[in-house]
Amino acid sequence: MSGTLNRREVLSGSVLGVAAAGLGGAALGAAGPDAVAATPAAAAQGSPARAEIVLRVNGRDRLLAIDPRTTLLDALREHMALTGSKKGCDHGQCGACTVHVDGRRVLSCLTLAVAVQGKAVTTIEGLSAGDRLHPMQQAFIAHDAFQCGYCTPGQIMSAVACVHEGHAGSPAEIREYMSGNLCRCAAYPNIVAAIEDARNQMERS
Amino acid sequence: MRPFTYERADGLAELARRALQTGQGQVDAEVQFLAGGTSLIDLMKLDVLRPRSLVDITPLAAEHGTVELRPDGLRIGALASMASVAVHPGVVEQYPAIAESLRLAASAQLRNMATIGGNLLQRTRCPYFRDPSWTACNKRLPGSGCAALDGINRNHAVLGVDTSCIAQYPGDLGVVLAALDAQVELAGPRGARRVPFSTLHRPPGGQPHVETTLLPGELITEVAVPAGAWTRRSLYLKIRDRASYEFAIASAAVALDLDGETVRSVRLGIGGMAYRPWRAAEAEAALTGKPLTEANAEAAAEIALRDAVTNGHNAYKPELGRRTLVRALLQARAM
Ligand SMILES: Cc1cc2nc3c(=O)[nH]c(=O)nc-3n(C[C@H](O)[C@H](O)[C@H](O)COP(=O)(O)OP(=O)(O)OC[C@H]3O[C@@H](n4cnc5c(N)ncnc54)[C@H](O)[C@@H]3O)c2cc1C
Ligand code: SF4
Ligand code: FES
Ligand code: FES
Repeated sequence: MSGTLNRREVLSGSVLGVAAAGLGGAALGAAGPDAVAATPAAAAQGSPARAEIVLRVNGRDRLLAIDPRTTLLDALREHMALTGSKKGCDHGQCGACTVHVDGRRVLSCLTLAVAVQGKAVTTIEGLSAGDRLHPMQQAFIAHDAFQCGYCTPGQIMSAVACVHEGHAGSPAEIREYMSGNLCRCAAYPNIVAAIEDARNQMERS
Repeated sequence: MRPFTYERADGLAELARRALQTGQGQVDAEVQFLAGGTSLIDLMKLDVLRPRSLVDITPLAAEHGTVELRPDGLRIGALASMASVAVHPGVVEQYPAIAESLRLAASAQLRNMATIGGNLLQRTRCPYFRDPSWTACNKRLPGSGCAALDGINRNHAVLGVDTSCIAQYPGDLGVVLAALDAQVELAGPRGARRVPFSTLHRPPGGQPHVETTLLPGELITEVAVPAGAWTRRSLYLKIRDRASYEFAIASAAVALDLDGETVRSVRLGIGGMAYRPWRAAEAEAALTGKPLTEANAEAAAEIALRDAVTNGHNAYKPELGRRTLVRALLQARAM
């Protein structure tokens, strides 16, 4: 029974739940906020209470049954197989987990999944239009703006928002407004060049 | 992270009625309000904060998340994001020190998430507080001692400390609000009240685990900054170990009203080295009515750091604090 399951098994169990819901083709409307409460009694006893939530990720509604402790980052990576967003520090210090919520860049490692229901989440997987890469993705390739690539999804999501915010006016401004994204390989000069290039293309289109 | 229940706040009145056990900064408070979560979730992952229940107050943003510029001052809703206040044209133009302190804090992602109320109540970054494997931390475990006193204390405070705790208040905005005589509007079980921001954070007083003067269940709903001739000529100077995305090792908030060369009125805040948002009132008095020369600025800075207490690695802080204050004053003069 559930008492003998460890956390990992519980988590993978909920992946099946999601898949089943997806296969069943359940039409998910916008769930109201009230649909989301966890089971207080169970949580108080220390057992992993589940919250049923609907996350809108990359334009698709996904039904998840998750422990309220699950961060958006873990929900994406462990429950939806969207492993593009990376876990660097898990404490808001590196930017590798950057995604957009309602169009604004945020850190998914410090965001609870239960808290973003009803909001539009965009990850690196949702940035391209089919096989056509986003200008920012293309520019990162053209400028060789990475080595190991671990920070890259976060850099790109952050960079797209940086341009939209109007904070990519000069190399100095780009460096300041991209300072929340660390790159252990120190690809910084090429990242700045890629963002300037993509900014010009994004502004043209 | 320990298990907790999650719910969304329905409205202020309902929240206030329930008198939630949110404590006054104690790490074992049963309930925590969840705003941006950037301080709270971090510390829950570290097992420093251990609430059994989270009440998400972001639904209150519709009513308590806006910025309003009035003739008598500035009103900032506690649920406004740091990012939105930092770029608000009225704040940028009339209260530049506030905009600057937010723009220079954290990162763009964190500023999108984090709220003004949460920012003011963020916890110290003291590494012994953040790591429960350290057994001596009066802030986490009342009466257990303070590992920082003879530990690695390069980033610890020198103003407003006592031997129970030398933790540094890490926030930037609070330093400006202390200087500008801000008030905070609170709502809770005993109704709404308004208190000077300077009384929100308690001195350590041998009980550093009690951090605020909030009543249990009480929320910050608004920050009010009075208008004054000095707000336009105001700035926040932040000194850090790296150019961006770093907490201050020293900072100064200056708001200045000059009559020619003479100081008609000045407000000074000091950050990066104080236990709580710090106002340098005696230094202000020393400058008032005098010409703002480098020598007078230095004399005022001397007074501001006169009572600093150092503990080894942070012995550099008083001098850095003086120089930061002098530079900030001269920059404000040139504005
Ligand atoms: C890597 C990193 C770098 C950072 N750098 C800086 C920096 O340079 N300068 C700086 O100033 N800050 C910095 N921060 C701190 C950041 O600004 C704060 O974590 C943030 O402002 C907290 O706001 P929040 O809305 O996320 O609060 P939360 O984390 O949601 O809440 C913090 C606390 O306040 C309580 N609370 C929140 N809102 C209210 C309210 N309205 N009424 C009553 N209680 C409330 C919560 O219950 C909780 O106890 C940094 C953080 C990180 C992770
Ligand atoms: S300085 Fe304060 S927070 Fe840090 S170890 Fe000492 S008591 Fe704890
Ligand atoms: S993983 Fe989120 S900031 Fe590092
Ligand atoms: S490319 Fe390796 S961390 Fe940035």
